[in-house]
Amino acid sequence: MQPVREGLFRACDDGTARLLGGRCGECQRVHFPRGETCPYCSAEDCSDAELGPRGTLWLYTSVLRAPPGYRGDVPFGFGIVELEQGARVISRLTEADPARLRRGQSMRLVVDRLHNDEDGNPVSTYAFAPEGE
Amino acid sequence: MTRVEIAGVGMHPFGRFDDRSVVDLGVAAVRAALADAGIGAGDFQAAFCGSVYSGVAAGHKVLTVLGMTGMPILNVEAGCASGAAAIDLGVSAIREGRYDRVLVFGMEKMPRGIIRSSFFEPWREEAGLAVTPAYFALRAQKLMLESGVTREMLAQVSVKNHDNGVDNPNAMFRKPFTVEQVLESKMVCDPLTLFMLCSPNEGAAAVVLERGTGSRVPVVASAIRSHLPGSVLGEHTPLSGLIDDDNPPPTTLAARAAFEQAGIGPQDLDVCEVQDTDAARELNTCEELGLCAVGGAGEFFAAGHSQMTGRIPINPSGGLLSKGEPLGASGIGGVIDVYRQLRGFAGKRQVEGARIGLAHTVGRGANASVIILGPL
Repeated sequence: MQPVREGLFRACDDGTARLLGGRCGECQRVHFPRGETCPYCSAEDCSDAELGPRGTLWLYTSVLRAPPGYRGDVPFGFGIVELEQGARVISRLTEADPARLRRGQSMRLVVDRLHNDEDGNPVSTYAFAPEGE
Repeated sequence: MTRVEIAGVGMHPFGRFDDRSVVDLGVAAVRAALADAGIGAGDFQAAFCGSVYSGVAAGHKVLTVLGMTGMPILNVEAGCASGAAAIDLGVSAIREGRYDRVLVFGMEKMPRGIIRSSFFEPWREEAGLAVTPAYFALRAQKLMLESGVTREMLAQVSVKNHDNGVDNPNAMFRKPFTVEQVLESKMVCDPLTLFMLCSPNEGAAAVVLERGTGSRVPVVASAIRSHLPGSVLGEHTPLSGLIDDDNPPPTTLAARAAFEQAGIGPQDLDVCEVQDTDAARELNTCEELGLCAVGGAGEFFAAGHSQMTGRIPINPSGGLLSKGEPLGASGIGGVIDVYRQLRGFAGKRQVEGARIGLAHTVGRGANASVIILGPL
């Protein structure tokens, strides 16, 4: 599938995905998406860091109506997941029903279909899915 | 330090006005403020105009209509804090001795519905990550998990502000609601329902600031702050941040700076007008301004402290939930609402004996502003 933007994430053979982030050589903190300058300490000494696939759900909600510029299905889940590498990431969630989610839940990063482009080809993004589903 | 005072205020009501241009709205507010101050062309030396969606040189267009050009006119964009940022520039310029009197105004005609913001890259919109009310919902959920806030309290904030707005002639929505009506209104993003969210709209507001002599309401503090790196929940809406809950938000940074300038603390305030883009935002702001402890917003609200009869009435104007939010004007509108309280001109929503008041905004950037007025 065509990603919604190049350089954001990578699909793995086991069905999980990795976010393409960066790690600062000075302060060692990770960021996403990958930048040249560390967004926390301004050092220009960042290297590639793949983030995920495991995380813990921190906050979540559900988007019921399509927001501006979005052409995919609704409802969809929306939340913040804490990654084992020490970052909180804002993300689409594959589970759209808040009643089926809870803080602290184990999540894994996957590739999720967003919509089909004008030629009928699927466009994908990263998303977190509840572990075990 | 030079004392900066408010010499006059003017507003165009907030609402929807299909027959009027944004320039018309600005002209109406500026005329009203100049009349209130008893001044005209040539009586102020600079103008600062807050707006976000009004295009190139919006402030110039308003003052051109009035035949009041020639002096410096600065157009200021700072998201929801645009009007407050214009005030901050005006206050600073007088304090620095550059001018004796300045005009500050702001106006807006907001697009309808969920605001499509150039703040987001197109791919974030396509990926469904540019959903402003969803970010509000996450902040609301955090309050529910960590600050003892319930769904009913979120509804009660909306009920309080709509009750307050009934008597505000400049408010867009002047109808009271019950808790049940708020909870049963259309779900937008769980836990936030439609009546817990403010409506982007249209309006204008203006103030005349001058180097004071001690006879008028003073601006004793004005501070603007942006976000520190690291938070994922700020109005800067990043894609990632750190696992760090001790990162002070921009409102806290602005409040600390403003309280230091004024030489007072949150316990000294008699009235507040704060950003209630959604019901949860008002509760967040109570914590961020230091009106209650972090984690204490639920207890603070449940005790009734922010009600008209409480220790520190919050949003007696009806807040943005009643007034709606025309970005360039709303920050100035909050300052005018506090000013009217300190003058005793707030009518049925007057906080008796109010001497010191605070006006707050926070929004895209992130930018937060805290402006403190009084005592006379």
